[in-house]
Order: sequence, then C-alpha cells, then structure tokens
Amino acid sequence: MPVLLHRIDDRLIHGQVVVGWGQPLSLRYIVLVDDEVAASEWEQELYRMAVPPEMSVRFLSVGEAAEALPALEARPEPGIVLVADVGTMQRLVDARPGAITAVNVGGVHHAAGRTARLRYVFLTPAEEAGLRAMAARGVVVSAQDVPGARPVPLEELLTSSAEV
Amino acid sequence: MAHVVAGHGTFAAGIVSAVQQITGRGDRFVAVSNEGQGGAELEERLARVVDDAGAVVVFTDLPAGSCSLAARRLQRRVPGLLLVTGVNLPLLLDVAMAEAGDPAEVVRAALERGRQAMQATPPLAVTGG
Repeated sequence: MPVLLHRIDDRLIHGQVVVGWGQPLSLRYIVLVDDEVAASEWEQELYRMAVPPEMSVRFLSVGEAAEALPALEARPEPGIVLVADVGTMQRLVDARPGAITAVNVGGVHHAAGRTARLRYVFLTPAEEAGLRAMAARGVVVSAQDVPGARPVPLEELLTSSAEV
Repeated sequence: MAHVVAGHGTFAAGIVSAVQQITGRGDRFVAVSNEGQGGAELEERLARVVDDAGAVVVFTDLPAGSCSLAARRLQRRVPGLLLVTGVNLPLLLDVAMAEAGDPAEVVRAALERGRQAMQATPPLAVTGG
C-alpha cells in the first residue's frame, strides 16, 4: 500500500488530518517530516498527543525521510507523509526524484509576503515557484483541504485569489 | 476574569451562545475559532486572548485539533494555564455556574459532570472485548 497522501499543512497533525482524511482513508501511520520537530523531543511529545490510538507516528528529518521513502511505499498499511511548508516538500521531491507522484496542498496560512489564493492557501512568489518546480518534475500538485472538497489543480490555484 | 473556549468553525461561539441562553453567563467565556489560521498565528491569537481575559483555563473541542496544540504550546509560556479538551455543554455550564474558587477544583467537578452527561437512551449493553 503506497503512501496515500503527501501533504503540505502548516498545522501538521490536527483535526483535518487525523479525522477528516485519517478516517475515510483508514490511515494507520503518519510520517511527520520536519527538521525542527525531528530535533525536538518536546515538539514530538506535543504532536504525539494528537495522534489517535489507531495510528502510529514517526518524526524524520528531510534527509532521513528521503532514505525512508521506498520502505514506506512497501508498508502493508496506508499512511500519510506530512510537511509544514512548500520548501520542505520540494527538498523531499528533489532528494528522491520520482518517489512522490502527487502533492496535496492542505493548508498554508496567512503570513507576510504571501498572497491569498484560497481560503486555506496563501503563497509567496518563492513558494509558487517551488510548487511549479515540483510540477515540472511530473508531480501532480493540487490543493484540497478535506476529502469532500474539490481538488484545485495547480494552474487554477496560482491564478485564484481569495477574499481575506 | 473569563475563560477561553477555542474550536473548529463556529463551535466556540455556538457553545458560548448556548451557555448565555441557558445561564446568562456567556460573558464568562471568550470564543476563538481556528478557521483560516496556521499554527503559529493561532498560538499568538490565543496568547493575546488569554492575556486580555486573564484566563487560567482554555477549553477546546478536539484533543488532536490545532487549538489544543496551540494551547499546549502556550502552556510553556503561561505557567498554570490549564487545558481541557473535548469540552461539551454540560461541562461548560458547570463551569459557568461555579462560584469563584480554585480553577483546578472547578474544572475537576465540571469534567465529572461533562462525562456523566454522555448517555445513550435506552442504555446500551456493554460489549465484551
């Protein structure tokens, strides 16, 4: 069973992920890829608290995750790879060309320098370039916060504007 | 002093409006929604609300939700801040009606009330396993 979702979400483990996606997809594990979290016991403890009993969680740096991707694809149960920002996903895609075929933009929220594209996606020009670079590698990039919502393809995402 | 209720969508505003309708004490709570906010932004917003309200308790809806995580982070910066997850209306009503006292004691009693309020009718048989 491959990793069902490679998701960019600045809230990392939260309700939409564990309930919204986790239950319909029967997700059994979360791989949280973040250099900062991977280096902090305290951060890991915080996120571990948010993981429901039917799921396990691993905390990996980008380097460790790039090594682990093929083994993840071989696991028998479905899971999700979570990163907090576009840059981290781009590093992961670059480190293992071809290993990630689709990226889900699930939540990148308001910050200085970011333009509102959707209610839950705000992007800087550098982040837009990052998403385009992944698409140029053949990765299908789309935005979708919850399973019931329509996936918004990258080109539409980058030409959308949202009321803030 | 007011407590903070934080949750998804309009959960917090809704449950506080219910407390107001039932007891007239909705002003004992400040409602916060996580809608459209990233983790760091939500933590800062929660920090401001807790500070402004002089709150010692934050109630949240979902243990795994971003409000609960933001509150846990805030606990590092605000000593003594208490987080209560999985809040329901009977629990919150109990807090609203409690006289001022040790917040931990108020919460302890309210948790008991909130748990007891979850009942199926007719009662469901206990299954094995």
